[in-house]
Amino acid sequence: MPLPYYVSPEQMMKDKAEYARKGIARGRSIVTLEYGEGILLVAENPSTLLHKISEIYDRIAFAGVGKYNEFENLRIAGIRHADVKGYSYSRGDVTAKALANAYSQALGNIFTQDIKPFEVEVLVAEVGDANGSKSEIYHILYDGTIEDERNYAAMGGQADEIRRFLKDHYREGMTLNDALQLGVRALTVTQNKTLTERDLEVAVLDRTKARRKFRRIPLEALSQLLGTAR
Amino acid sequence: MSDERWRSLFSDYSNSSFIDLLRRESPHLVPGGAPTPLPEIEPVHGTTVLSVRFRDGVIMAGDRQATAGYQVASRRIEKIFKSDELSGVGIAGAAGPAMEMAKLFQTELEHYEKVEGENLSLDGKANRLSQMIRMNLPAAMQGLVVVPIFAGFDEKAGVGRLFKYDITGGRYEETNFDAQGSGSKDARDSLKKLWKRDMGRDEALRVALEALIDAADEDVGTGGPDLVRGIFPSVKTITRSGFGDVPEDEVRRVCEEILSERTRAGNGA
Repeated sequence: MPLPYYVSPEQMMKDKAEYARKGIARGRSIVTLEYGEGILLVAENPSTLLHKISEIYDRIAFAGVGKYNEFENLRIAGIRHADVKGYSYSRGDVTAKALANAYSQALGNIFTQDIKPFEVEVLVAEVGDANGSKSEIYHILYDGTIEDERNYAAMGGQADEIRRFLKDHYREGMTLNDALQLGVRALTVTQNKTLTERDLEVAVLDRTKARRKFRRIPLEALSQLLGTAR
Repeated sequence: MSDERWRSLFSDYSNSSFIDLLRRESPHLVPGGAPTPLPEIEPVHGTTVLSVRFRDGVIMAGDRQATAGYQVASRRIEKIFKSDELSGVGIAGAAGPAMEMAKLFQTELEHYEKVEGENLSLDGKANRLSQMIRMNLPAAMQGLVVVPIFAGFDEKAGVGRLFKYDITGGRYEETNFDAQGSGSKDARDSLKKLWKRDMGRDEALRVALEALIDAADEDVGTGGPDLVRGIFPSVKTITRSGFGDVPEDEVRRVCEEILSERTRAGNGA
């Protein structure tokens, strides 16, 4: 039996990380912004059927970049986690923090144990109450690294440039319209093209809504929102 | 390499079902499990719920009383539950298992909607509820009977529809109205006389409340409008634009109208 080649663990991790990063860099980006009444999620996604942004639970949303089948798997796992937890305890006990930790564990395990790491980054956002509890945004990387972000987050191929742009332009307490304009500008900051409503997938966690805060912004409403400030 | 790994993905038909997920992951949380002989207890019973079709959709209404034997267990129990934006379920029978079922059903529909990205059809929802009632059959044989009414707005057909069930999970679509629970016979008799085709919302609301007041009149388990405590039936409408509450003030006003008309007529109707 031929002996397998020896690869140092260091080299192996490096190779895996590079592989995952390359896969993610090919995909289009997503930005998330807190605005006055909630959290806005904007993805560059020409498909109207294959979603990158989704509802997980009453106040929790999910976004994924990279390989569709991989983050779709994570999305469904997240919905299952949340629904079972909310059914056995109470709806208020389902938190983004627990979910983000579960994602971090799962991605960390896959990264170290499987030959092929997941080529994804995911984001879990939870909108705070009107009575002042803070919104939470968690960003989980392909190797299980977890970061909690403030006010805004970006992921995907051009995430660094987008984050720099948002750092300079983000203001607290924006209206939905302003936040959307800023989000779309951020997505185009590295490209020489304008994005129309047909290239975008937009959803919000709107804290003024009753129970389920997640709401997709349909095409007509989106073109209106983008059109008014033009 | 064997292709077992991906083949199983295609045979997993219940990927979007919350109930099946619960059965796999936390079987102890699934209601209606193994039958255990009930000792001599009086489970709490919800009494009368009804549903009436009108021009724009359906109205669901229920009294607020729960009984345990000949005792009032609760005066302000809620029996009409929103199952999703376009449907609701009214529960009658053993209150504990029935509320559990309403909660499970609501999670089931929401789970499907989130995983699949679209809603189940109204027939799909009605069928799912019928399977859940069948799951409860062992408990029903021990006396914990749950028989809901399910009503909703069918987006494809553009009309309101309503379904009744029996304890075995049998599902029967009713065209115009139905009632369930201990006062259901009296409510149905009343609806039979008052129901008209193409009623507007206000007229349908009045018909529903008349029927509930009749049920409370004849059936000891059903609670009537309680003017002293200010407790009135709960009434919901389900139309194209969604599931909505009829405000309590409006229910109170219509109840008072009906009662004072009956007083004036002097017949107690």
